[in-house]
Amino acid sequence: MDLSTLTIASARRALDAKEFSALDLTNAYLDAIEKKDGEIHAYLEVWADSAREEAARADELIAAGRAQALTGIPLAIKDNILIKGRIASSASKILERYVASYDATVIERLKSQGAVFLGRTNMDEFAMGSSTENSAFGPTKNPHDLSRVPGGSSGGSAAAVAANLALAALGSDTGGSVRQPASHCGLVGLKPTYGGVSRFGLMPMGSSLDVIGPLAKTIEDAGILYSAIAGSDANDSTSYPAGFYQKRPLKKVIGIPRAFMENGIEPAVRERFDAAIALLTAKGYTIEDIAMPNLSYALPVYYIICPAEISTNLARYDGIRYGLSVDAAEIGEVYTKSRGQGLGPESRRRSILGTFVLSAGYADAYYRRARAVRELIRADFARAFETVDAIALPTSPNPAFKIGEKASDPLAMYAEDVFSVTANLAGTPAISIPAGTVAADGVALPVGFQLIAPHGNEETLFAIGKDVEAA
Amino acid sequence: MNVDIAALAKLARIELSPEETGALQAEFPALLEFVETISKADISGVEESKALRNVMRDDAREHESGLYTEALLSQAPRREGDRVAVKQVVSRKK
Repeated sequence: MDLSTLTIASARRALDAKEFSALDLTNAYLDAIEKKDGEIHAYLEVWADSAREEAARADELIAAGRAQALTGIPLAIKDNILIKGRIASSASKILERYVASYDATVIERLKSQGAVFLGRTNMDEFAMGSSTENSAFGPTKNPHDLSRVPGGSSGGSAAAVAANLALAALGSDTGGSVRQPASHCGLVGLKPTYGGVSRFGLMPMGSSLDVIGPLAKTIEDAGILYSAIAGSDANDSTSYPAGFYQKRPLKKVIGIPRAFMENGIEPAVRERFDAAIALLTAKGYTIEDIAMPNLSYALPVYYIICPAEISTNLARYDGIRYGLSVDAAEIGEVYTKSRGQGLGPESRRRSILGTFVLSAGYADAYYRRARAVRELIRADFARAFETVDAIALPTSPNPAFKIGEKASDPLAMYAEDVFSVTANLAGTPAISIPAGTVAADGVALPVGFQLIAPHGNEETLFAIGKDVEAA
Repeated sequence: MNVDIAALAKLARIELSPEETGALQAEFPALLEFVETISKADISGVEESKALRNVMRDDAREHESGLYTEALLSQAPRREGDRVAVKQVVSRKK
């Protein structure tokens, strides 16, 4: 079998036709990991033994004619999603030895289909970052160019799929953390509607923004994985029931907020975007310029709301109930020393920024104002979706950058998210689809094309996306 | 705008080295200048999203007592029996 051309859909057909067994398939991925992951570092831990056991059980299900879409499909899981009995560290020193006491809902759903878990993937610590350089356990390399980042924060998941070290993977997206690494690694990355996938068992970062999503080689595969994990869950009160959002018929109209795209995009990336739009025009889509005047505030709003929620969410890592605990005479010192030594630099920076924007005397000018501007951004989307099926934007303003290039400049790193945070603030679903490559230093680097649809309308993203993907 | 990083770190309960405190002190004005661009937005008449609603579950006993005690306490850095042990909260020294 050729892992480079294999998809979930084609593996399903081959497994069901007994062309190879689930154990053969898992062994092929474990061999590839053994050979290649030393230089890529997509995985923090590989579970070879349990993966083979899961594959053997999948073969029994297939033999019994009880295979489902993901039975025997080898997947990689981002290190901030809990699997019972397994370490889940969020690539942080403070949780380096933390063993999950329960399964995340998404894991429960994948287990019920007989999926195979190859291992947990590297990430920016607690999902804060756009390059996977903020991992406490060393960076992941981009399989297209080992001197470059894979994007982040789900960089390990993206690199694993792009390097054929997993058939597909789960990531989480708070401000672009599934779509941007998908863009930089040449994959499809889906950020579902906020509340479309249960967050139970996902370590929280920005609770009003977080969602779990798939990284895969094709839109069809992303759709298969999304269908398996989506749906309401009594353990997540923000998950919504089926039928909660209205499905909209496709009018074949796409909106572009051109004023928002005027600055900061690399010309070669802009060319790929224009080529994708030309392709859609040729396929009968109408392209409309749309006014979304508040999108220019999206990134600053995000970097107020997200740190505010981070400072609250990361308060749980205090050295008392689990994780790293530094011994001290008094409990207050246990907190400060455990957090000082256990949390990485970006987690510390954002916790302190979040503490500031929430502090008495400043919360009105920063946090509450940011929430109000977020409503303006939501209103911009609602108005745009009165006339268009979807909104098109680049996923990221540039292709994958060199490791270390932006590490000392937080504002340059944050600017990576300028086009992706918009969908998280609005809660709308968004997808990044490969849209060709650009040349940099003689290497072809992938570039993503982003589509954003109204709440609950992932099908619109898949339908339009397939017209881009077919090119 | 200048902020007191040492005071914020204390509020956030994070011990910072003097070097990191200084580095963040130097870096924060640019970060704040960037996020302060939202002050230009016109927020008059903005109302909180109507999409928010309360989701409640029954106030019922979900499971028998003690079912998850061992699984959860197995991760505690310090324990005494079925409790998490903590260091003293108030010191006489100060």
